Amino acid sequence: MLTLENAEITQDGFSLSADLSIAPATKYAVIGPSGAGKSTLLGGLCGFIPITKGRLLWQGRDITDAAPGARPMTMLFQDNNLFPHLSVAQNVGLGLRPDLRLSAQDKAKVATALSRVGLDDLAVRKPGALSGGQQSRAALARVLVQARPLVLLDEPFAALGPALRNEMLDLVHELVTETRASLIMVTHAPEDVRRIADQVIFVANGQAKAPQPAAALMDNPPPELRAYLG
Amino acid sequence: MALRPLAISTKPGISAAALVVVLIFAALAAVASRAEFSSGLGPADWAAIRFTIYQALLSALISTLLAIPVARALARRRFWGRSILVTLLGAPFILPVIVAVIGLLAVFGRAGWLNAGLSAVGLPNASIYGLHGVVLAHVFFNLPLATRLLLQAWHTIPSERFRLAAQLNLTPRAVFLGLEWPMLRQIVPGTAALIFVICLTSFAVALTLGGGPRATTIELAIYQAFQFDFDLSRAAVLSLVQLGLAGTAAILALWIIPLVSLGGGRDRPMQRWDARGGGQGVLDVCAIGIGAGFLMLPLIAVVWRGLLGLPTTPASVWQAAATSIGVALISVTLLLVLVLPLAGWIASARRGGIEGVGLFGLAASPLMIGTGWFILINPVADPFAFALPVTALVNALMALPFALRILVPPLRDTVQVYGRLSQTLALQGWPLWRWVILPRLRPQIGFAAGLTGALSMGDLGVIALFADPDRTTLPLQMYRLMGSYQMEAASGAALILLVLSLGIFWAFDKGGRWNADA
Repeated sequence: MLTLENAEITQDGFSLSADLSIAPATKYAVIGPSGAGKSTLLGGLCGFIPITKGRLLWQGRDITDAAPGARPMTMLFQDNNLFPHLSVAQNVGLGLRPDLRLSAQDKAKVATALSRVGLDDLAVRKPGALSGGQQSRAALARVLVQARPLVLLDEPFAALGPALRNEMLDLVHELVTETRASLIMVTHAPEDVRRIADQVIFVANGQAKAPQPAAALMDNPPPELRAYLG
Repeated sequence: MALRPLAISTKPGISAAALVVVLIFAALAAVASRAEFSSGLGPADWAAIRFTIYQALLSALISTLLAIPVARALARRRFWGRSILVTLLGAPFILPVIVAVIGLLAVFGRAGWLNAGLSAVGLPNASIYGLHGVVLAHVFFNLPLATRLLLQAWHTIPSERFRLAAQLNLTPRAVFLGLEWPMLRQIVPGTAALIFVICLTSFAVALTLGGGPRATTIELAIYQAFQFDFDLSRAAVLSLVQLGLAGTAAILALWIIPLVSLGGGRDRPMQRWDARGGGQGVLDVCAIGIGAGFLMLPLIAVVWRGLLGLPTTPASVWQAAATSIGVALISVTLLLVLVLPLAGWIASARRGGIEGVGLFGLAASPLMIGTGWFILINPVADPFAFALPVTALVNALMALPFALRILVPPLRDTVQVYGRLSQTLALQGWPLWRWVILPRLRPQIGFAAGLTGALSMGDLGVIALFADPDRTTLPLQMYRLMGSYQMEAASGAALILLVLSLGIFWAFDKGGRWNADA
C-alpha cells in the first residue's frame, strides 16, 4: 500500500494537494484537464518533484525524501525512456544492475523479458534502429525486469498511432497483471480508462481526488468530470 | 528540499577546481615571495609593458577590421571550396605558433617570396622582425578567428530581412547600415577584446619575431630575466605585472567576449538576393582572395620548405618529436582528469559562474606558472628534471577553459534529457559516468582532447624556461635550429611538427566520433 498523507507537491509555484492510497495489484487511471497537475502527481510519487507538506508512505515506512531510484516504483516518461547509445539488452540490463555487471542469471532474465515483449531478435540493436512501437516494448521489458510493485506511466505511448497504442496498453495490462504490480497511468482518453483501469484518480483545481471505481465513475460522472469529458 | 537533476557527485569536481586553484596560486605565491618590490620597474620593464599593450591593440584592431570584409564576402557568396575555406579558418587554432612563424618567414621574411617579388620590381625589401612582424603573426592567427566569429554573427541575421531588403531594392550601403551595422556594433567590440587578451600573453611570436628593447613583450621579458640574467626577483615582479594586466583585461573582456563556437558544423550559406552589382562582386572576390592567400600561402610554404628540408633534419629532431608526443599525451590525460569532474560539477550546479575557475588558466600566464613552480621545486629537487611534467601540466591548464566551453553545454543537455531516467534506475557514481555521461559526450571529449593534444604538441612556452639539452620538445628543438641558422633542418622539423599537431587532433577527434550514436 502506497499512501500520500495530506501531501502537497510543489513545483515552480504550482501546488497540488493529495490525500489518497494506492492498493496493491490495482490499475489506476489519472485523468483531468491539461495543466491540472497529473504529471506533478506522478513526479511527486517518483521523487522528482518535492513533497513540501505531508508524507509519502510505503507499507507504513516514510519514503517522502527517498531518492527516485530507492522507491518501490518504476516510471516511463513521455520520451527518453531509453539511452540511445546503449543496446536494447544493455538498456534492459540497467534495470537489474546500474553498473551493468550482469551475472549469467541476470542475462537470462533480460533475455526472458525481451522475449516476453517480442524483441528476442533485436537485443543487440540500438534504440535508434527500432520503430516507435519496438522502443516502447524495450522500455516495457526493462519495467518487467525491474519488477517493482508500482509501475507509473506518464503517457509514454502518446506519440504512437491509435492501434499501436492500444496494443501497448494491452501489453502493459498483461505485464502488470502477471507481476501483480499496481499501475498508475496518466491518460487523456476516456476509452483508455475503460480499457484497463480499475480505479480513477481525477485531478482538477490543484487537487488529486481519492480514487473511485472506474466503471461507475465513467457511467455517471460528477459535474466537474462531465465538463472535462465533454 | 533541493532536488538535483542528476546524481553527479560534486566532490571530484570541487577537488579538481581546488587543485587548479592551488596549482596556480602556489605558483603565484612562490613568485610573490621572490619579488622585491623596492627595486620597482626599470625603464626596460615599462617599455615591455607599453609594447605589450600597443602590439595587442594593433593586432586586435587590424584583425577585426580586416575580418569584416572577409566575413561579409563569405556570408553572401557561394562558391566552390567555400566550406573547405571556412573549415580552414579553424586551422590556426591547432597550428603551432612556431610552425606558422616558419611559414610567415618563408613568405614575408628577408629571403621570402614577398621580398623576392619586391626586388624583382626594384622596390626596397621589407623586414619582418620587430613590431610589424609580431603584429603580422598575430593577425595571421587571429584574422581567421575574427572571421569565424563575425561569420557566425552574420548568420544570426534572419534571411527574411535580406529578402525584404532585396524587395525594396536597397543599395549595398543601405543594407550595410540597416542590417549589418547593428549586428557588427554588437559583435565587433567583443571580438576585438578577445583578440586583445589573447595577444597580451603572447610569447612564442615575440620570442621569434620580436626581441630587442623595442619589441619585447612582458612574457618575453620574464623569460629573458629568467634565462639570461637568472634574475628571479625581476621575473617575479614582471609575472605579477603580467597577471594583473592580463587578469584585469580578461575579467573586463569577459562581459563582452562572444561565445566561441569551436565546432565546424552548422555553417549553411545563406540565400542572398542583394549585392548583385559588379562593384560589390569585385570587392568580395578581393576580400576572399586576399584573406585566403594570407592564410594559405604560409601553410603552403611550410609544406614546401618542409619537404625540401626533411632529409637534412638531424636525429635530435626525431628524438624531440617522440618527447613531444609523450608530453602531449600526458597533457591530454591531465586535462581529462581535471575537466571531466569539473564539467560534471558545473553542469549539475544550479548557479552559473563556476566556469570562472577555468579562466584562471587563461589569465595566469604560462611563464608565471612555470617560474613559480621552478622556484618551488628548486630547493628540493633539480627543476630541470621536472621540465616535461610541468610543461604537460601547464598545457593542460591552458586548455582547461576551452575544454570547459566544449564540454559543459552537452553535459547540461545530457543532465536535462537523461537525468530523470538515470535517477529512476539509481545510476550514480562511476556507473553513471561509464554508461551515460562518457558515451553521450564522446564526440566532445574527443574534440577537447584533440585540441589539448595539438596545443600541447606545438607549445613553446614553459619548456623554454626549463629545458636542458637532453630533454627538449619538438617546438623548442625547432627554435634552437632556427637560432643556429639551420633553416632547412628547422623547416623539416616544422613539417614534422605540423603533421604531428594535426595528426593528434585528428586522431582524438575522429576517435570520439567513430561509431558514435546520436
